[in-house]
Amino acid sequence: MSVRGPVRRVAIIGNPNTGKSSIFNSLTGLSQRVGNYPGVTVEKKTGTLTPEIELIDLPGMYSLAAHSLDELLAARVLLGDHDGEPRPDLVVVIADATNLQRNLYLVTQVIEVGLPTILVLNMIDVAERAGISVNTRALSRLIGVPVIPTVAHRRLGVAELRAAILASVGTAAPAPRWEMPEAIRSELAKLEERFDRTGFLMARALIDEGGPAEALLARSLDGVFRSALADSRARIRESGMAPAALEAEARHRWIAGAVATTVRRRESRGRITDRIDNVLVHRFFGLPIFLIVMSAVFISIFMWAVPFMDLIGGGFDFLGESARRLFAGTSLQGGALESLIVDGAVAGVGGVLVFLPQIVILFFFIAILDDCGYMARAAFIMDRIFRSVGLSGMSFIPLLSSFACAVPGILATRTIGNTRERITTILIAPFMSCSARIPVYSLMIAAFIPARMIAGFLPVQGLVFVSMYFVGILAAIPVALLVRRTLLRGPRSTFLMELPPYKVPNPRSVFLRIVDRSRTFVRQAGTIIFAMSIIVWALGYFPRSPEVAATYDRMRSEAAGELSGATLDDRLASIDKEEAGAYVRGSALGRMGRAIEPLVRPLGWDWKIGMATIASFPAREVIVSTLNIIYDLGKETDERTGREALIGKLMSARWPDGGHVFTIPVAFSIMVFFALCCQCGATLAAIKRETNSWRWPAFTFLYMTVLAYLGAFATYRIGSAVLG
Amino acid sequence: MRLSDLGPGAIGTIVRLYGDGPLVQRLMELGAVAGTEVRVVRFAPLGDPMEIELHNYRLSIRRSEASAVEVAV
Repeated sequence: MSVRGPVRRVAIIGNPNTGKSSIFNSLTGLSQRVGNYPGVTVEKKTGTLTPEIELIDLPGMYSLAAHSLDELLAARVLLGDHDGEPRPDLVVVIADATNLQRNLYLVTQVIEVGLPTILVLNMIDVAERAGISVNTRALSRLIGVPVIPTVAHRRLGVAELRAAILASVGTAAPAPRWEMPEAIRSELAKLEERFDRTGFLMARALIDEGGPAEALLARSLDGVFRSALADSRARIRESGMAPAALEAEARHRWIAGAVATTVRRRESRGRITDRIDNVLVHRFFGLPIFLIVMSAVFISIFMWAVPFMDLIGGGFDFLGESARRLFAGTSLQGGALESLIVDGAVAGVGGVLVFLPQIVILFFFIAILDDCGYMARAAFIMDRIFRSVGLSGMSFIPLLSSFACAVPGILATRTIGNTRERITTILIAPFMSCSARIPVYSLMIAAFIPARMIAGFLPVQGLVFVSMYFVGILAAIPVALLVRRTLLRGPRSTFLMELPPYKVPNPRSVFLRIVDRSRTFVRQAGTIIFAMSIIVWALGYFPRSPEVAATYDRMRSEAAGELSGATLDDRLASIDKEEAGAYVRGSALGRMGRAIEPLVRPLGWDWKIGMATIASFPAREVIVSTLNIIYDLGKETDERTGREALIGKLMSARWPDGGHVFTIPVAFSIMVFFALCCQCGATLAAIKRETNSWRWPAFTFLYMTVLAYLGAFATYRIGSAVLG
Repeated sequence: MRLSDLGPGAIGTIVRLYGDGPLVQRLMELGAVAGTEVRVVRFAPLGDPMEIELHNYRLSIRRSEASAVEVAV
């Protein structure tokens, strides 16, 4: 036994939409931790029941016949076959009491794995209201395991479940009351004897043709294994049915018998869900209602988040200033350490946390819409559209999330079963204009787009802003199509998705989900953005030429000789800013900017824009603060005057020949570049983590940068031609 | 008759499923085996997929997938 951590392990498994998470939450509370299973991107959620008992929440699934990564992983965890972890000591299967015929399918499979098992009949209240009553004692006798009825969201039966877990841990496994059909059993016996492997995995390898169990066993067994499997399957097929169909039919027949003797059904009235769906999924109104709901979510994310973002931004500015004051008067004033802490560390942490309000609000809405059942309808409505680009309705939530931030969006693709569709969704997620692009858009728009109205009511600035969102969406469509036809060509996934009844969202689940997602964002995006902020800070800080210091020191003493009082202070402040600008222009970053100038020249950019773009690699919005420093504005603390000053500088910036650097085509070219590029370290790190390879993030960065470059080039050329 | 041919509100009994790929296996695991009664609840606003009811629960299924299911009305 391992020394650290609990001794007993209890796995929780069940169909999706059975309230499995509610049960897990009410058993573990805030003791839960989310991690990843090593090597696969399946979320591992654990928590403690008592100091000695650890609970593992396995992904929601309908069958142990592994079709997807999730299912294979669950099967392997139950078998103690995953990453050296011991087998669980107990399995708790959660079933939806309103729907035993489907839920008992997984239950009977789990019992076959050969571990002590408890069956939880959740949502027993909903079942009773629908006129369904289950004789739990008879059911327990029939399937041979303890049965506990619960209403998880009201915590009814949770204490009994807890007691049952404590009582059952360490007991003997029940004998399965159901057996595979004879045709399968006899072939299984032959295979087990020939290859010296018994049990569940061999059964799954025989039945699930081309499935992961087959691949897993084939790796460790000799070459004739696959042909032996094929022979066995062919013999089973002589009975007229494929092994999988034979198993499914026989199992369902047995379950139907069990249900008939233990479940009584009264005539029930029309369901509330039907009345709601008659409106929400209506033939004509369904789509407009969907668009209104999504726009409302979208608009509120941006409206509600602004005050909190200002608060966090202001807080970090204050923190930076306080740190600066601590250095004031010491020998370290104006030194590298001060700059590292203020401009590197504090600004880096602030740059991450400023997005937190949007993430929290986004997941507030997603958790509520998902918990009440509407997200499944959204996927149902959108499937037709996503299918036309080779995806399915399952891609909708990840892409919606990406409008706030691609990192949680990429994480949300885990629910997509088909790997090719999942990776395609990941590849196009960064095209959704995230909140880090807003500062770029709003600066360019405020500076160069006239605040006029078209036709008296359509603001031009607003239209340009919205059109930037469409640039990303329009780019995503051909990319998805192309990728699904070339790199990720493959069969279309199925879209078998349960449409659960509507219910009132459970505040506890909603809260825990927000906490969980926010924690993940801060930990995963935070560390990357922070680390890259430090690197970019160093590139912009070093090397520091002594000549610059000498020049500006001379200017300071000259000023001190000529001026006094407030005018002297003003003069000294502006010398400080000019000096900061001179340092940045001479830094490694400034040199990189000059080096790439020939490359960005066709986009209408000068080297300063090029340099600011490089500096914005940790996170796109950094371009604004970099432009501030380059244009000798220092770190403006007041946002409004700071922005007006920057706009003034941008408008007066000139090429050596006297022409304006920033024109409307250049502003558009910058916006289009940022709409299409993947200048985001956190996104690339998330892609690496979710695809388990550097290939995909490298590919994403390259193709998006090329596309952004071409887009910006075309925009600049067309813009210049149109505007003369 | 195939499940995909039924209109909203129509009820049928599954006769058999065609093919033996992962789609058919998953359908059967979900309870769509011979003898099961299915009802078409509605079609999505864009005409596809469709919502069906079986064993007292609702499932979204594309019409192309539903055409693997033979039903008797």
